[in-house]
Amino acid sequence: MSKRIDVNDLNVYYGDFLAVEGIDMVIEARSVTALIGPSGCGKSTFLRTLNRMHEVIPKAYVTGKAVMDGQDLYGPGVDPVEVRRQVGMVFQRPNPFPTMSIADNVLAGVRLNNRRISKSDAADLVERSLTGANLWNEVKDRLNLPGSSLSGGQQQRLCIARAIAVEPQVLLMDEPCSALDPISTLAIEELISELKNDYTIVIVTHNMQQAARVSDRTGFFNIAGTGKPGHLIEMDDTTTMFSTPSEKSTEDYISGRFG
Amino acid sequence: MAVAESPPSDPEAPPKVRVGRTPGRLGNRVFQGISTASGIFILIILAAVAIFLLVRAWPALIAAPSAFEDVGFMLGRDLWSWVWPLLFGTAISSVIALVVAVPLSIGIGLFISHYAPRRLAQGLGYLIDLLAAIPSVIFGLWGIQWLQPLVSPLFTWLSTNGATAWLEENVGPTIFTGYQAPARNILTAGLVLAIMILPIITATVREVFLQTPRLHEEASLALGATRWEMIRQAVLPFGRSGVISATMLGLGRALGETMAVLMVLSPGYLINFYLLQPGQHQSIAANIASHFPEASGLGVDALIASGLILFIMTFGVNLIARWIISRRAEFSGAN
Repeated sequence: MSKRIDVNDLNVYYGDFLAVEGIDMVIEARSVTALIGPSGCGKSTFLRTLNRMHEVIPKAYVTGKAVMDGQDLYGPGVDPVEVRRQVGMVFQRPNPFPTMSIADNVLAGVRLNNRRISKSDAADLVERSLTGANLWNEVKDRLNLPGSSLSGGQQQRLCIARAIAVEPQVLLMDEPCSALDPISTLAIEELISELKNDYTIVIVTHNMQQAARVSDRTGFFNIAGTGKPGHLIEMDDTTTMFSTPSEKSTEDYISGRFG
Repeated sequence: MAVAESPPSDPEAPPKVRVGRTPGRLGNRVFQGISTASGIFILIILAAVAIFLLVRAWPALIAAPSAFEDVGFMLGRDLWSWVWPLLFGTAISSVIALVVAVPLSIGIGLFISHYAPRRLAQGLGYLIDLLAAIPSVIFGLWGIQWLQPLVSPLFTWLSTNGATAWLEENVGPTIFTGYQAPARNILTAGLVLAIMILPIITATVREVFLQTPRLHEEASLALGATRWEMIRQAVLPFGRSGVISATMLGLGRALGETMAVLMVLSPGYLINFYLLQPGQHQSIAANIASHFPEASGLGVDALIASGLILFIMTFGVNLIARWIISRRAEFSGAN
């Protein structure tokens, strides 16, 4: 249950403002793709176009193609709601629903669209998803407590459990560890390398060691200056990107000379 | 170039941590005093009202039932059999108002906060706030002049349609039995109250819905929720305690509303559910207003006693609402 995405000449606009320009990218199935680059270079914006979450912002729109499994995500008649069912997302700050218990948080996506689920199926799914997110052992005795009672790292893993409970094809992660301490970060990174056996993962990160540790391929985004659109400068296998990148600016960024 | 003059080890230098009076202390204390005093002031006012009501109502509370026979407007009843119908009338008109106003307010609030285009939403928001400022006597006039003729055909239909007739024949009288024009009945009064409390509830729930963290809304959307599903999953649960508080604000106004009920309702002192018959119900507040000018002696005490009961009722309703909110505090989203 994982698919590749082919992005073709994708531009993102906020109203008249061109935020990201001309992205061509292949995101391989069952692999981790990391997107790195300085702040404001459009990597998060681009990530959000992969499940059409940018449409939450008024006047944001996209031109170009993002084809998953032969289906253009921006084709006519494609419902963003359906896209998001297939392409899950984990956010920068953990955002479990505070009004729901831990178990209900996991089931939140499954209960949408009036899908009925029997009690035993629900319990199975909760256990499977939480186990998949390496959280089951920590919360199995308090599934009825509010999601907000967990620590930050646990909340983020709860959000991952919630995202994988609906069995998406692709999992997008927008700086999933930037609000977490190093130990929680390690837990999430281990989880990511397990999850890639089943899912296509795209992760935006500011932490270059993290990109080097978890990803198979890395894309470097950059921006020529404020008010200019972000571009994908270079994309390659992570080992190549971090040893012998072909672009000078990539090397400068990775070695910490700017950004 | 200036050189730093005192080395850090200078034994003559004053200590870095100041001892004694520091600037800003006075302002701090003044402000603390003002806010504490305000907090105490509200308690004093509340206690003063409660004590006034209790002291002035006391003669009526302890009077022998026969003592009320001289009070004309009590129609020969003793205090409790006179107050119960009024309490019932107050409750039923407020319940009608809430049943109509709360769902409508939630709908309007959601429209403004999540559906309407931004400019329309702003205009609508101002309009709602303006509505809240209309005095109740205006609503009373409006109810008599405009709403009554408008609802009359509807009430006639409710009272005479086939289902009502069938129920009357086979089961017994229904809540819609026996409508008489003009529509000076408890349902009309409840509808006027509903319109009156609509703005305050709407304004409050709108603010609450706007407070929903964007993170939670996005979490829901990213799971593949439609907008309505997102509202049910993130916005409404988050706003739950706010909606209850807003309902209580509205209920408080409906329970105590005097002028509109006085003008619209044809009063009566019965306990029944004939919503469309005039001369069945009356609310405590309207009753006090209509009889206070002519009352004297024990009559005044009896009216104040009914006011005390209204006070206790409002208090109790608010306590229950607080309890409902606190029962699920850990799931409220405030932590």
